[in-house]
Amino acid sequence: MTRVDGYGRIDRTRTLSFTFDGIVRTAHPGDTLASALLAQGVTTLGTSVRLGRPRGVLGSWTEDPCGLVQIEEPFPEPMLLATTVDVVDGLVARGVPGRGRLAEVADTARYDHRHLHCDVLVVGAGPAGLVAAREAARAGQDVVLVDDRPTPGGTLTGTEMIDGRPALEFVDAVAAELAAAPHVTHLQATTAFGHYDDGFVLALERCGEGSDPRQRVHRIRAGRVVVAAGAFERPIVFEDADRPGVMLASAARDLLHRHGVLAGRVVVVFTVDDSAYAAALDLHRAGAAVRVVDARAEAPAGWARRCADAGIVVEPGTDVRGTLGDDRVRAALVGEARREVPCDLLLVSGGWNPTAHLFSHVGGRLAFDDELVGFRPAGDLPGTAVVGAAHGTYALADVLREGAAATGSATDAPHAEPEEITPRGTLWRTPGDPARQFVDIARDATVADIARAVGAGMTSVEHVKRYTTIGTAHDQGKTSGILASGITAELLGRPVGALGTTTFRPPYTPVPFAALAGRDRGDLYDPVRTTPVHDRHVALGAEFEDVGQWKRARHYPRPGEDMAAAVLRECAAVRGAVGMMDGSTLGKIDVRGPDAGVLLDHLYTNLMSTLKVGRVRYGVMCGNDGMVFDDGTVLRLAEDRFLVTTTTGNAAHVLDWMEEWVQTEWPDLRVRLTSVTEQWSILAVAGPRSRDVIGRVFADVDVSNEAFGFMTWQDTELDGVPVRLARISFSGELAVEVTVASWYAADLWDRLLAAGEPWGITPYGTETMHVLRAEKGYPIIGQDTDGTVTPHDLGMAWAVSKKKTDFVGKRSFARPLNADPQRKHLVSLLPTDAATMLPEGSQIVDLPDDGLLPPPPVAMLGHVTSSYRSAELGRPFALALVRGGRDRVGEVVAVPVGDQLVAVEIGDTVLVDPEGARRDG
Amino acid sequence: MQLITCPWCGPREETEFRYGGQADLAYPADPSALDDEQWARFVFFRDNPEGAFAERWCHDAGCRRWLRAVRDTRTYVFAETRPYGRTA
Amino acid sequence: MADTSVLTRRHPLESRRAALEALVGDPAITLEPLVSAVDLRVDPDGGALDALAAALGGPLPTAVDTWTGIGDGEALRLGPDEWLLTSAGTDPHRWEDRVDSLAAPFGGMAVDVSAQRVALRLHGAHARELLASGCSIDLRPGRFGRGRCAQTLFGQAPVLLVAHADDDLHLFVRSSFSGYVADRLVDAAALR
Repeated sequence: MTRVDGYGRIDRTRTLSFTFDGIVRTAHPGDTLASALLAQGVTTLGTSVRLGRPRGVLGSWTEDPCGLVQIEEPFPEPMLLATTVDVVDGLVARGVPGRGRLAEVADTARYDHRHLHCDVLVVGAGPAGLVAAREAARAGQDVVLVDDRPTPGGTLTGTEMIDGRPALEFVDAVAAELAAAPHVTHLQATTAFGHYDDGFVLALERCGEGSDPRQRVHRIRAGRVVVAAGAFERPIVFEDADRPGVMLASAARDLLHRHGVLAGRVVVVFTVDDSAYAAALDLHRAGAAVRVVDARAEAPAGWARRCADAGIVVEPGTDVRGTLGDDRVRAALVGEARREVPCDLLLVSGGWNPTAHLFSHVGGRLAFDDELVGFRPAGDLPGTAVVGAAHGTYALADVLREGAAATGSATDAPHAEPEEITPRGTLWRTPGDPARQFVDIARDATVADIARAVGAGMTSVEHVKRYTTIGTAHDQGKTSGILASGITAELLGRPVGALGTTTFRPPYTPVPFAALAGRDRGDLYDPVRTTPVHDRHVALGAEFEDVGQWKRARHYPRPGEDMAAAVLRECAAVRGAVGMMDGSTLGKIDVRGPDAGVLLDHLYTNLMSTLKVGRVRYGVMCGNDGMVFDDGTVLRLAEDRFLVTTTTGNAAHVLDWMEEWVQTEWPDLRVRLTSVTEQWSILAVAGPRSRDVIGRVFADVDVSNEAFGFMTWQDTELDGVPVRLARISFSGELAVEVTVASWYAADLWDRLLAAGEPWGITPYGTETMHVLRAEKGYPIIGQDTDGTVTPHDLGMAWAVSKKKTDFVGKRSFARPLNADPQRKHLVSLLPTDAATMLPEGSQIVDLPDDGLLPPPPVAMLGHVTSSYRSAELGRPFALALVRGGRDRVGEVVAVPVGDQLVAVEIGDTVLVDPEGARRDG
Repeated sequence: MQLITCPWCGPREETEFRYGGQADLAYPADPSALDDEQWARFVFFRDNPEGAFAERWCHDAGCRRWLRAVRDTRTYVFAETRPYGRTA
Repeated sequence: MADTSVLTRRHPLESRRAALEALVGDPAITLEPLVSAVDLRVDPDGGALDALAAALGGPLPTAVDTWTGIGDGEALRLGPDEWLLTSAGTDPHRWEDRVDSLAAPFGGMAVDVSAQRVALRLHGAHARELLASGCSIDLRPGRFGRGRCAQTLFGQAPVLLVAHADDDLHLFVRSSFSGYVADRLVDAAALR
């Protein structure tokens, strides 16, 4: 056991049980998996990804490049850092050889999102962040303070003094003040992982295993962002420095003060920075035998004196060249002579890297500071301040002043004693075999790899990164990135400042996709839009299909029926008697104003202004390019009022399109558009007996063909509720569309169904509707068209006005390509065997004489756009776009289906009732 | 997630808006007077400047009004937004 | 099956009523009664607002994204020339006729949208927090206090939020999206 008494902020009165690599172990609340394992002497957690070398932990938090584990319980998660996993009772984990495995079962935990607005967001609850948040709160501002560790305080260990008392007491006092302040949201265990435009920061809160939600993404919009994210220590590269037992000096200190873990008993500290001396003294005080190797020519006087007082040997002017050991370091090799210095823990400090990621995410520039030996934020970004260690300010007194100045006045900063500062050394690596000098432990990438990249002519750190993979692992090079810059610069003989760093991009630390998805999963993944009649469809056993965001009843299978059988039955009912369909999803736009007709004449290919009140006209809309993008019917309700219907999936697009013209092109037109899609529900009653059903429900209405002709509408009432009847048919049969305010649609559905019982009224779905319309050659925009099809291609020249001087799309029809006789035309295809269903999307080719598909390339004539079985025809049929198709009616071509070539005859699009006799009953 | 300032509704997240391309492209008074090349230029060709670009956005999820924006294509920063068709 | 011998209004969220009422804690989510509503389009500069205010029993809001009470309903300004006017007691087509005839002299027009939307009420100290699970706009009471309204998104659904008090917000949603919004609210409320 390496746990030492009197240290750490763990709860030693409670014991947790967890399993690692199959062995049951214990921990205390407050332990990470790494601290718990180190406390029990487990230093090797897994093996490296490429070379299989043993891996322990180098850091004590998110900077750690090597302590990867696979979590099995409570829920499988791959490649988490042991240093960031809080131990919970029942945790099961194991080390991984560089890679983990995704869960094979669905994650049942919930993940939430929450929008947060504030005046000031402070990232980091170390000394700088706490003071910044405190000053902002005292000024009455809305403050959000987030910090990624479970408790506030940052790197404060408790040995420091602030305002004359132990630093952690100061931390607790500020936290209490913030908790009591109104308008302050203080979130620990919450990582700000991305900083975007206009003060937008995403932060992931880990709410704790077993809590609901498990994690929450805060979408924070802040007036100002104060980045007080601290700094990470970086190692120095030497041979076999990847061996477990080599650790950052700050990590050992953190483990001691946070978790009460003494990571080694015989310790060598290798440094070029003063901060490691604090670790040396702390570990010595906790019972370790410590020796310091300082690569600088002289050791810092004050620290050297304190070490001497404690009996710690300090060797300046030399370095560590390598390590000995197997799964754990046994000795450091010191100096050119590679003198063996026994140790079970080798601490390293190559200086510090300010954690300026959130500054870089929004375009902040980093510049190399020779004095600091690190990259730090340079220049200002509006709305963003970087303070404390993240800004390259390491002395506690200065850190506190910067924090206070960020949101208030530096004069209000708490007091800390000034510290002795001696020049930092610059040391990226010591002499040795480049192939054994690991730069990125997570990637098994070495100095030799960098040398290869430079040898290949690369001079940019971005190229070197991608060539060597350094900095591309889970930690994104938090410890290795700057080392790679420094070593690359050395190899190139250029200053590291001129080389720069690779770009920091979000996320700062890995974020589970589940957290990013939040509540947008399962039934809430995409809005499900339903009609007022939806419950009726469910009760009738409908199968639904997605049309845009709508759920539409596709067919209503009876027991034992598959879709084909149900659709054949529904089709036969409509053609033979009467059926009813819920058409409520159709887009509906109320177009009002004296210039309503002018607008519609601009946007439809045919004339709408000549439509008489009380009548209905079918229309096609094209884009400027002349390609069809929507169709529908238009009812003229009054001289200055039309009701436009659009296809279900295109409703919003059509309204947007119309608004765009009205607002941006013809703002002087006196016309206003209102979406009434959900205001009105449409129930389509279709079939030779539809007149009987309508006549029965609306006894006052003369439903005769003479009084109520095709493509006319009339208003009536039912129980005092206004109802509109329109003779519109999308099946070719006699049909009436019944429109009512959607509040009443469900009741009306029931009434019509009950009234139709004597004639066997049959609810039919969209699949049946598709078959019926296809038998009549009516295209579905978006299925039979694909944005390259003109009205003429569809055989709808009749719907294109020749009288209008202009309409949207007209000019494009005059382009020579539009007159090409080899354009694809919509035609029907009948398989000559009268049996084969042609898969939609099938290609169409010429029928070879031998009936065999020739070797490629084979000229494509077009493709099948719709394909169904027809109850009426007693055979399958299809619609297709075929090159010059209308001029090939009667010809036989071929469609490859599986290994077979199916002969198909090209025909006119209208296969049922070409005379149109049925529409009037 | 940028904010775009709707002249009517104030700053809103960009996902509430729909991009409408280059601004100030008037529909030709008489398309039939244009030759194919000129018509194709109107339909298919747009400027792509480095720097300030006048463009149209529609506040789809809000007031559904179109607005005219000037945005820097290098930084994405909006210099101004105003109701479409208004010059001041 | 319901008695449909007489055509009856059915609330689009009837099937969710039980789930909403079963929510415990704060806020309470209730279904607002169905009301008549028109979408009014008129130029605000031509004297129409004064005429409408005099006839409808209350001033119409002059700033976009604000609302006022009028008679037995509300007037919500949705855009530079667009208002949503509701009335609890007037029949929908009469409401359209009434507002339309008042606006017509000013070149304005009204369209019945009574059945287009439904309204939910979120009442309680945590109402804004619950909405913040899906709304990106700044809902702090200082920014979105009584008298404010806003068309925005809740999750992926377009909604119209109306602030009645710090702890009392109404949410209009198109009826086809109302199930999604109700389900999402229930889901988010359960998380707190």
